[in-house]
Amino acid sequence: MFRFLAGRLLQSVLILLGITVITFGLVFLIPADPVRMIAGRSATPQTVESIRHQLGLDRPIPVQYARYLGNLVQGDMGRSYVQKARVSELIASRLPATLQLMAAAIFFQLLIGLPAGIFASTRRNRPSDKVVMVCSFVGISAPQFVVGLLLIYAFAYKLELFPLGGYGTVWHVVLPALTLGVTIAGWYSRMSRSSMVDVLRQDYIRTARAKGVAEWRVILVHALRNAILPIVAMIGIDIGLYAQGIVVVEAVFGWPGIGQLAWLAIQRVDIPIIMGVTLVAAVGIVIGNLFADIATSLIDPRVRHG
Amino acid sequence: MLRKFAVATAVAALAITSVAAQAGPKQGGEMVVTYKDDISTFDPAIGYDWQNWSMIKSLFDGLMDYEPGTTELIPDLAESYTISDDGLTYTFKLRPGVKFHNERTLTSADIKYSIERSVNPETQSPGQGFFWQIEGFDEMASGDAKELSGITTPDDHTVIIKLSQPDATFLQIVAINFAFAVPREEVEKYGLDFGRNPVGTGAYKMTDWTLGQRVVFERNADYFREGAPLLDKITFEVGQDPSVALLRLKRGEVDVLGDPIPSANFLQEVADPANADLIVEGGLLHTGYITLNTTEPPFDNKLVRQAVNMAINKERVIKIVNGRATVANQPLPPAMPSYDTNFEGYAYDPEKAKQLLAEAGYPDGFETELYAMNTDPNPRIAQSFQQDLAAIGIKAEIKALAQATVIDAGGEGTAPMLWSGGMAWIADYPDPSNFYGPILGCGGAVPGGWNWAKYCNEEIDALAAKADGMASTDQAEARIEMWRQIYNQIMDDAPWVPVMNEVRFAMHSARIGGKDIFFTDPIHIPVHYEYVYSKDVQ
Repeated sequence: MFRFLAGRLLQSVLILLGITVITFGLVFLIPADPVRMIAGRSATPQTVESIRHQLGLDRPIPVQYARYLGNLVQGDMGRSYVQKARVSELIASRLPATLQLMAAAIFFQLLIGLPAGIFASTRRNRPSDKVVMVCSFVGISAPQFVVGLLLIYAFAYKLELFPLGGYGTVWHVVLPALTLGVTIAGWYSRMSRSSMVDVLRQDYIRTARAKGVAEWRVILVHALRNAILPIVAMIGIDIGLYAQGIVVVEAVFGWPGIGQLAWLAIQRVDIPIIMGVTLVAAVGIVIGNLFADIATSLIDPRVRHG
Repeated sequence: MLRKFAVATAVAALAITSVAAQAGPKQGGEMVVTYKDDISTFDPAIGYDWQNWSMIKSLFDGLMDYEPGTTELIPDLAESYTISDDGLTYTFKLRPGVKFHNERTLTSADIKYSIERSVNPETQSPGQGFFWQIEGFDEMASGDAKELSGITTPDDHTVIIKLSQPDATFLQIVAINFAFAVPREEVEKYGLDFGRNPVGTGAYKMTDWTLGQRVVFERNADYFREGAPLLDKITFEVGQDPSVALLRLKRGEVDVLGDPIPSANFLQEVADPANADLIVEGGLLHTGYITLNTTEPPFDNKLVRQAVNMAINKERVIKIVNGRATVANQPLPPAMPSYDTNFEGYAYDPEKAKQLLAEAGYPDGFETELYAMNTDPNPRIAQSFQQDLAAIGIKAEIKALAQATVIDAGGEGTAPMLWSGGMAWIADYPDPSNFYGPILGCGGAVPGGWNWAKYCNEEIDALAAKADGMASTDQAEARIEMWRQIYNQIMDDAPWVPVMNEVRFAMHSARIGGKDIFFTDPIHIPVHYEYVYSKDVQ
């Protein structure tokens, strides 16, 4: 187990390093000049050049990268070009909100996706299966800002059950988490269905049924334990999916997470923030995968000994 | 011999108090304002966006300001000022007893320090270039000098600013945010974090900032203007989607929408009689235009540029933006001095446009590219232009890209045509010269400059310099007329197709009152936070 973990950790560090190189390169490939965005339209060429020099952007890109990495190793993510504030502070002030939203969204997607998938797998190819699968398809395809606005209009504005966006109490998190949860639950229901269908075909299930185990026990205990493995792995990978969805959902609900920070930084070519957010998201994905691996190996001994 | 002509101070001060006195609103109450985008900074040397421009004006003050709701200059931190006969020396007498939010009294050294801070390259201020006319600017801007030799402070109440050449816009420059007074001790204490811990002399002080969520302003009880501001507290909630903010306003949780009313709801809300008193309409100092790259064929040909001017159906664009704009025929917006009400411009005439194209040697048209920002409604507007151009044989490919990328293409001169929508900044100060220098003058026609048409007419540049040298008051009218001529000549060269002037529709709750103009103030954009009031306490 220790060797397994150490190997994975080393791998993760290398992946993160690779991500910094790629992101840094990509940011400089964008045909947009951060200095011009800071300097505004009234700046003289002299102002532009002096700002470029102040920020060190007049040096060769490898030199800039080395400097960035050197500071990063010491825990310094730099300061925002536009806001001048420390990137680490900006991210730290917003990360809890994003994590809270993600946790709640994972809760909702499992709450909706798993039972729907299991239910469909036991009614395979029957009308109720078709209905669930069509619904899941609608969920996957629905644009999140539309789902978000509809939920706000119905449950917050008309029915007044929840607050109209914002952040703070447990009531605030329900609608944004549901928006993310509903759209991603579509994937989960499809995946848990196909995974269950595979397992339900296997011999030991037939054996269990033959010896007279109750059907609910066959499904929820015997089959689910095996069918859940790919789903656990999926949650880890999913954190990457959230990185896309969360920007939109945070904007619709006025949720003060890192998605909003990233969105504005991209508009303003604020490279330190773009780098910082990408890195934090990458760390999140890597950690998510690591946890998924560990969880899978705990559930399934074949993974850790194989 | 100094010639005093600004003893109008007392009158101006009276006018200010009378704004409050006429309506008779009482101080007190609070309001909630929403914005979609986060606030980047409150540092007056740095802040330059839609959200923070007016907020900074409420936290800080400059030597000069504008009569609320107008574009008329009045002394602010200055009590009075004099200008020497040669237009080169400005002497400002400071208002006595003005205090920063940290209780310290403002002195002339603060004014000198604050302007120098914006010029200092280490500050990275986007406003640096505005101070070009002050003596010693070049030395300081290049980092060779630590101060501006042109600013001296003979005593605590007097600031003398010497210019290297007369500049008729100089009083506007000391009214701009980048010249606002900041206390040195606080700037040094917070360093780069001053923008998050602002300390000024303004009508409000910032008392709380929860990053990414809200900012709270509270009334500065020591503010030097009697009767202002009218509210005790303003809460700015950021990261608020405009559609959701509108629902919250209807439910009474929000008082003012900082952003425009969302397009999807606009027609319905404006038509609703219940909103008659809540939606306010006002012009912005803004023009939306297409730039034509005058240095590359085919747009290096004046006839082609004139043809494009005649080919564009501007009325259709006004419909696309739900009537939230008026048709433009010249670079200046109507509220700007020098705007020519008699100017006819190029009327929509596709037939004549075709003739001009043929005359220019393009009887079958040509292919080109039209750059535009990729957020609604700009791609739709670009499509409308595309259709108009196709009608006279010009095939334009639309390049709808992110803002920074479009700005880059414009700056580098790689965009043959560029629609300015979403990027056309609103005037920095209400003077006709502000629409020339950076966006139509030779100085801006350099790589990375904002003159996207790369239009450089040396003759007009010389005229512009001459007009801005006419700094004395008895020349003011002649100067305004001269600028009018300049823009008429520019339109003959046709580097732009002026398309529309945006109109702002501001929406506020029934709890909040104030003259309409304070919700669409031309200077304190988008809302003049100091003169709107709460009806709850009346």
